[in-house]
Amino acid sequence: MNQIFHPSANVIAKASIGVLIVLVGVLSVFLYFFVRSSWMTGVNISEPQPVPFSHLHHVRQVGLDCRYCHTSVEEAASANIPPTETCMTCHSQIWTDAPMLEPVRVSWRDNVSLEWERLHDLADFVYFNHSIHVNKGIGCETCHGRVDNMALPMKVNTLQMEWCLECHRNPAKYIRPTDEVFTMGYAETVPAGHDPLVEGHELVAQYGIEVGRLDNCSICHR
Amino acid sequence: MSKTVNKSLFGITLLIFLALLTSGCDLIPGRHMRDQPKLKPLAASTLFDNRRASQIPPANTVPRGEWYEFMSDEPFYTGRQNGEFIDIIPIEVNREVLLRGQERFNIYCSPCHGLVGNGQGMVVQRGFKQPNSFHTDQVRSQPDGYFYDVMTNGFGVMYSYAARVHPEDRWAIVAYIRALQFSQNVPLDSLPTEDRQQIESLVE
Ligand code: HEC
Ligand code: HEC
Ligand code: HEC
Ligand code: HEC
Ligand code: HEC
Ligand code: HEC
Repeated sequence: MNQIFHPSANVIAKASIGVLIVLVGVLSVFLYFFVRSSWMTGVNISEPQPVPFSHLHHVRQVGLDCRYCHTSVEEAASANIPPTETCMTCHSQIWTDAPMLEPVRVSWRDNVSLEWERLHDLADFVYFNHSIHVNKGIGCETCHGRVDNMALPMKVNTLQMEWCLECHRNPAKYIRPTDEVFTMGYAETVPAGHDPLVEGHELVAQYGIEVGRLDNCSICHR
Repeated sequence: MSKTVNKSLFGITLLIFLALLTSGCDLIPGRHMRDQPKLKPLAASTLFDNRRASQIPPANTVPRGEWYEFMSDEPFYTGRQNGEFIDIIPIEVNREVLLRGQERFNIYCSPCHGLVGNGQGMVVQRGFKQPNSFHTDQVRSQPDGYFYDVMTNGFGVMYSYAARVHPEDRWAIVAYIRALQFSQNVPLDSLPTEDRQQIESLVE
């Protein structure tokens, strides 16, 4: 009988197994990082908006509180994006000629909604509620970052399941007193030599947060 | 015989493997679990001509529940009785209500009226019309219902805050404005002797 394969085929066969294993490994690592990349999650990317609304100007420089515009954040699941009327409470009097604000005036005059491009948008099979987090001492800053430094809004966290769980398994790392929830730059106001984790555990107990329960699937998938 | 069993076993294993591999994929456009045919608050929608998922109720809609109770209580809901402003705050005023009023005032009013109500808030410094200070005799002598009415219906160039401040919170703000007015206009002889002597020594 003739030999079909050359003896070197043995080496190739063995090597190809190795190559296959390496390929699978590389692919897994690639996928691991790919799904977490900002290309997939939109982290640190801002979208063009109908009006270049700047939190930096309105929050940092004018000193507005988040609740002046995001009115339902303490009471409801949704934080609320302000209606055109809210912009007009000020811009009916100031910056009335600015071309940048023309879409706002058109929206007000013709009674059509401004259509903002949404950045934070959880999958529809996930249940999320702002009020519980805000009332139990999780700051806007913890999830949304230094909004007061953003000229255009951006996502700073992936909003993936592992991110939610990281906190739900140990909220003491992130919790702050409820009257500091709207503070930006809270970490800098904590006195030196003060261990936030110790205070964190106290607050978790004080606010009655049952940590063991918070990673049940039905908390977020209901 | 055993060869066909092996083959179908291989086929089944491959199918299960493929099913597991693709179970996370959203293959059919428009039928994603991620993007279900439901509307979240403030989403855009093709259902109505104005593209809004959250519609504004038609005029004269009668609400049910809590808001019905509010609206049946005329002095509480409008700040008026028989067309006249009431001069009393129709909720119980205590420390908690005052603190709530302070918080709400600082969020919604201080940008223009300033933290002490002198009318020199940040937005006024950027060119907004300056409102009267709350510490003038004219504003001080207004009845409680007047302040409630300004928040509810607006006043001159100031827009209504009814959509943003709950009726109960509007009354808490009225209570806090009264506290602010008092704090800037305390009669000397209502102070404890110590404070009064200190002030008198400063004046001399
Ligand atoms: C003057 C009104 C105003 C104030 C005050 C304000 N916001 Fe906003 N915010 C908006 C508007 C309008 C948008 C939508 C604009 C856009 O997407 O470009 C928005 C968008 C956002 C978004 C992004 C939503 C998304 O997914 O697209 C976040 C997060 C946010 N605001 C957080 C905050 C926080 C935190 C504060 C307080 C520090 C705050 N905002 C104060 C008006 C305001
Ligand atoms: C409480 C008053 C207030 C409200 C409410 C308000 N603005 Fe402004 N806005 C200002 C002031 C004051 C400035 C000028 C900022 C400065 O001088 O730094 C400004 C400036 C701007 C500018 C031009 C300057 C810049 O690049 O930021 C835009 C655009 C703008 N606002 C959009 C909006 C939109 C959209 C809304 C509604 C979501 C809104 N504003 C609500 C007070 C307000
Ligand atoms: C526990 C994390 C967390 C905290 C704390 C938090 N947010 Fe959010 N925020 C989210 C998530 C997640 C979404 C996306 C919600 C969705 O897609 O349904 C979101 C969405 C938003 C939006 C877009 C509109 C909406 O409601 O979907 C705004 C505006 C906003 N947040 C403002 C705020 C403000 C202001 C605060 C502080 C008072 C705050 N958030 C605190 C996680 C958080
Ligand atoms: C920084 C910390 C933190 C992050 C991030 C966070 N949470 Fe929470 N979450 C909490 C705390 C604290 C509570 C309050 C639990 C309690 O009262 O027992 C909570 C409560 C909840 C509840 C209500 C639980 C109940 O009692 O029924 C839901 C739902 C929830 N979170 C969903 C989410 C989702 C979805 C995400 C991710 C998009 C998320 N959370 C991210 C800290 C966090
Ligand atoms: C704290 C909230 C939270 C809890 C608890 C939670 N999940 Fe999730 N889950 C999420 C979020 C947020 C997403 C959306 C992730 C995304 O969009 O990438 C998600 C997505 C998923 C997905 C879909 C993944 C995809 O990309 O399609 C599955 C499956 C899932 N979760 C299963 C579970 C199971 C099983 C449990 C219980 C062990 C659980 N989850 C507990 C928040 C949670
Ligand atoms: C955007 C700036 C702005 C904000 C925010 C604002 N006001 Fe005003 N307010 C004004 C201006 C300007 C006037 C004077 C209007 C005029 O004369 O046309 C005024 C007038 C008033 C008056 C009448 C004073 C008088 O002379 O009789 C009262 C009372 C009042 N405001 C209360 C409030 C309360 C309470 C809030 C918070 C819920 C508030 N305002 C928020 C700008 C503002």
